[in-house]
Amino acid sequence: MNQVSGLTDIIQFMVMGVQRGAIYAMVAMGFNIIYNATGIINFAQGEFVVLGGLMMVTLTMAAKLSIPFAFILTVIAVTAVGVLMERLTINPVKQPTVLRLIIITIAVSILLKGAAMIIWGKGSHYMNHFTNAAPIEFMGAIILPQTLWIIGILLFVVIGLIVFFNYTMTGKCIRACAINRDAARLAGINDRKMVMLSFGLSAGIGAIAGIIITPIIQMDYGRGALLGLKGFGAAVLGGLGNSMGAVVAGVLLGILEALGAGYISSHYMDAMALLILLIVLFIKPSGIFGSSEAMRLKEF
Amino acid sequence: MQGRDTAGLIALIVLIAAIPLMIGNEYYLGVLIFAAFNCLTCIGLCLLMGYAGQISIGHGAFVAIGAYSAGIFTTSLGWSPWTAMIAGIVIVAVVSAMLGIPALRLKGHYLAMATLGFASIIHILAVATVDVTGGPSGLLNIPRIAVFGYELDSDLKFFYFSWAVVVIGLYVAFNLINSRVGRGLRALHGSEDAASSLGVNITFYKIQVFVLSAVYAGISGSLYAYYVNYIDPGPFGVMHSVLLVTMVAVGGMHKIWGAFTGAVLLSLLPEFLSSATDYLQVIGIAYQPDYDILVYGGILLLIMLFLPEGVFDGLGRAARAGRQMVRR
Amino acid sequence: MNRMQDKESGHILWLENIRKVFGGVVAVDDLTLGVEKGSVTSMIGPNGAGKTTVFNLITGFLAPSGGQISYSGRLINKVKPHHIAALGVARTFQNVRLFPQMTVLENVMVGRHLRSKAGMLFSACLPPGWRPEEKRVRQEAMAHLEFVGLADHADATAGNLPLGSQRMLEIARALAIEPFLILLDEPAAGLNSRETIAMGELIEKIRQQQITVVLVEHDMELVMDISDRVLVINFGRLIGDGTPEAIQENADVIAAYLGE
Repeated sequence: MNQVSGLTDIIQFMVMGVQRGAIYAMVAMGFNIIYNATGIINFAQGEFVVLGGLMMVTLTMAAKLSIPFAFILTVIAVTAVGVLMERLTINPVKQPTVLRLIIITIAVSILLKGAAMIIWGKGSHYMNHFTNAAPIEFMGAIILPQTLWIIGILLFVVIGLIVFFNYTMTGKCIRACAINRDAARLAGINDRKMVMLSFGLSAGIGAIAGIIITPIIQMDYGRGALLGLKGFGAAVLGGLGNSMGAVVAGVLLGILEALGAGYISSHYMDAMALLILLIVLFIKPSGIFGSSEAMRLKEF
Repeated sequence: MQGRDTAGLIALIVLIAAIPLMIGNEYYLGVLIFAAFNCLTCIGLCLLMGYAGQISIGHGAFVAIGAYSAGIFTTSLGWSPWTAMIAGIVIVAVVSAMLGIPALRLKGHYLAMATLGFASIIHILAVATVDVTGGPSGLLNIPRIAVFGYELDSDLKFFYFSWAVVVIGLYVAFNLINSRVGRGLRALHGSEDAASSLGVNITFYKIQVFVLSAVYAGISGSLYAYYVNYIDPGPFGVMHSVLLVTMVAVGGMHKIWGAFTGAVLLSLLPEFLSSATDYLQVIGIAYQPDYDILVYGGILLLIMLFLPEGVFDGLGRAARAGRQMVRR
Repeated sequence: MNRMQDKESGHILWLENIRKVFGGVVAVDDLTLGVEKGSVTSMIGPNGAGKTTVFNLITGFLAPSGGQISYSGRLINKVKPHHIAALGVARTFQNVRLFPQMTVLENVMVGRHLRSKAGMLFSACLPPGWRPEEKRVRQEAMAHLEFVGLADHADATAGNLPLGSQRMLEIARALAIEPFLILLDEPAAGLNSRETIAMGELIEKIRQQQITVVLVEHDMELVMDISDRVLVINFGRLIGDGTPEAIQENADVIAAYLGE
């Protein structure tokens, strides 16, 4: 009897872990896209997630729009926010030292968080699940249909990014800028535009992450910092700049967090994920899939 | 440069002596005491940001450790306030070294994120370990500290004490900057490659500065505990760390006086904003204290975009331009 | 066996089969060369030939992918830049890396870092006026400024100097560590003919201090004038090694430059 419930527990935790991990994976991908294009870490990344979730809540619950329609509107809106951020706060900077840009992204994150607080208040916001089917039972564990949506959409995003970066001209241009900006400029690529697109793309992915997780965790204005932090942890774990690594690492981080919460304590769940981040930093900062040379080539 | 710093220190001392005579109100003395705590932390943070070129978005954690050490060691173990504060300094130094040594071998965003993560962990621990820290309700009845036998039991006495500590903190920072170590740091900021080609061990210096900046923060936290005699996790969230960075960046991270200016200005800002609430209401803005965060973010963004060397540098340039105009 | 060879033949620096690979690019390919103590050796070659990479390998900014570098008989493959400096190897940079916000004198005082020892605690407690070591460091730095002729500009801000003076300052700063070997990366780049002649005279003065000089240079007149030996590098390989006269006649070298 105990063995069955033990197995059930593990599967339950794994499911919860994959669910949360999918979000970390997407936040991590967002970090990587901007890091690859500009060498900076965008501290406002977590706020895109929050904005996506909250906006979706308003559109579906208050404006009663259909979920697919609201989804698309939200992603477009938050992408616009990302583009606006780049155009107003990153692009105009004449002497862009990395320290200065990082502080600017911190300022933007404060502003976005403040705006969210004013518009949506301090409470948690609930949103309907995408489909209201009954929970699925699998080997004693309970899987919410929303979780399947999360996994499905994660795969969709990952495949979409693979196609984008490897098979479209724009995607290849962004990669070129990431590898060698001067050479890309000489080849005629408008690198400033690519930076703008990177911000837009990261914002959009962040929004998607926020949208799909809100039905389960109820979004509130203050979640940005922690989500961003854990997403960065996943990015580092997977090798900073390595998007495939980010996906694996994100899911892994989610699973480790869930297992820790289940078997050790749920009070310290957040602390646990962060501790993992710190430990990875100390042992192998290039991450599971990164290389130490690649790490040293970026500035700052 | 040395001469002007000394003149500035003397002017500050005179100002500190005079202010309580000008402000009879204990409330405003209290505001200035909190400003002193922020100034102290910001001096250390300035050495880290402006001279070692690194960023820590978690310095609030070191303040918290200093505060909780003071609180826990005095209330639970019955230690004297000075002993507890020294123990706090030791803990802060050890912890910051443990964080800094691995993180500073790497690029700067690693330290930024590591400190942010660390600050989040400390905040979570402060709330969750109820047995040790008192959890969300915090620790009560923290004893007062005594200096040369005089217990600091009034705002006036604490005002003089806290600002005296700030003056000492400034003095130490100025000495450091104009020394072999300070030159090494400024060289580091000028060109890391050139500095290391001249024998400066840049990683070691970064670590030393990080630990020193953490110690400044820890002392500030302990003093806070002895002033308010009560601490809870509230003031030590991640937002406080971000605010500290804001103070240094807005004031000017490359000059100690800059960070000092930023700390004073942004510590007084909430007071200014709340008294301005009435005026704002007249023009139709229902201002609430919650909006403070927007104001900070906005100021930080504007300064970083348009006046990146900070307010202090901006004032200096305006003064020089003014003098030139007068000469014509 | 190579180490015995170095000592006996007076090589202060010896590179053996040095190789450096970046991703897919081979920057330095099987380079073997030696530098004799007390000599002035120049490295010439087209842009991108790998010369600065060699400097970075010697001074510890890069680690070789293969081969060995010895300095005074000692293997220095994995030694970090600040330790290389402590061993007595100084360098300047292709794109002058001064400390632009500090004064000219302060720049050179940083060069005295290894010859002074005030630590953090000591420095924090005493103001600089009360520290005898500070005075000594100042005087020594001034002496190095006089050596390169910049003593009059001691209090100027380094970033405001004209390029020629900046290069002189960078050399004064490098000399301040009292090196046995100094690596100069394109010291005459961007200088007019008068300044270039002055640079040549400075290099000769350095040689008279018994400091070994290795320079990377494009200015052929300067190179031919002051070098005891010329090394020609192209595509990361050594394609010529001899006296200035011999190199001038060398067909491979001429081809390398014509192909530039």
